[in-house]
Amino acid sequence: MSFQILLNVFLAFIWMFLKNDYGSSSFFIGYLLGLLIMLAYRRFFTSRFYLVRVWAVIKLLALFLKELVLSNISVLKHILSPTLNIKPGIFALKTELTKDWEITILANLITLTPGTLVVDVSLDRQTLYIHAMDIPEKHEAIDSIKNTFERAIMEVSR
Amino acid sequence: MAETFKIISMILIILGTILSLVSTFGLIRLPDVYTRNHAASKSTTLGIMTILLGTFVYFLNVHGHFDSRVLLGIFFIFLTSPVAGHLISRSAYHSGVKLWDKSVEDDLKSSQDKVYVKK
Repeated sequence: MSFQILLNVFLAFIWMFLKNDYGSSSFFIGYLLGLLIMLAYRRFFTSRFYLVRVWAVIKLLALFLKELVLSNISVLKHILSPTLNIKPGIFALKTELTKDWEITILANLITLTPGTLVVDVSLDRQTLYIHAMDIPEKHEAIDSIKNTFERAIMEVSR
Repeated sequence: MAETFKIISMILIILGTILSLVSTFGLIRLPDVYTRNHAASKSTTLGIMTILLGTFVYFLNVHGHFDSRVLLGIFFIFLTSPVAGHLISRSAYHSGVKLWDKSVEDDLKSSQDKVYVKK
């Protein structure tokens, strides 16, 4: 991915040299043209066309913000309800992610999810131990983690 | 135009204040370290983020001053406060702090990963 961005910047510089115009607008046009050229020649790259990954990162960031707002609403409900009927507990979750940075992002996402907080990561990095505010909601939480978060992170790293 | 943005930033700042206040109530009301950590690590994150966002909107539209440091502050708090929450609950667990009596499940207790626990 970083190679493709570097190549794109390089193409933009070539455009600036061809035009003999060294302003930022010339750089921008060269960048867009280079993007088109790279889109046409994308089958020669070993990894995916990098805008796909940039878009996946943006989607992951939007997911982060959405989960943050939802988790705040659920915590507020728990705190402000007159009777404290919560059943907290710690449950284990197997993860399919392997790289360290992926697990870090997943742990951060889980911490910002409604009613879950990561307590520990196992030494072999395959299990996350998660403290849940309400254990009966556990399966729902596992489903949402499995289906949305892991998939969104895999989309970035794939 | 400036009046609308004043109202928007006012709403954001009041929302953030309310969130921080409620998370403080949570710190008092909730029973153990872990559930308190839920309140502290989530509500204050969003509370501080909205307060900073309100400040940013105010200075951008009323004084015409783009303060990038406020945006960086939002970004750093967003990144670091869940990690802080995780570390506090992790060190609490490994130094033997017990869960609340009414907790129903503890998978970590039976696992092999408790290498730091003092008996």
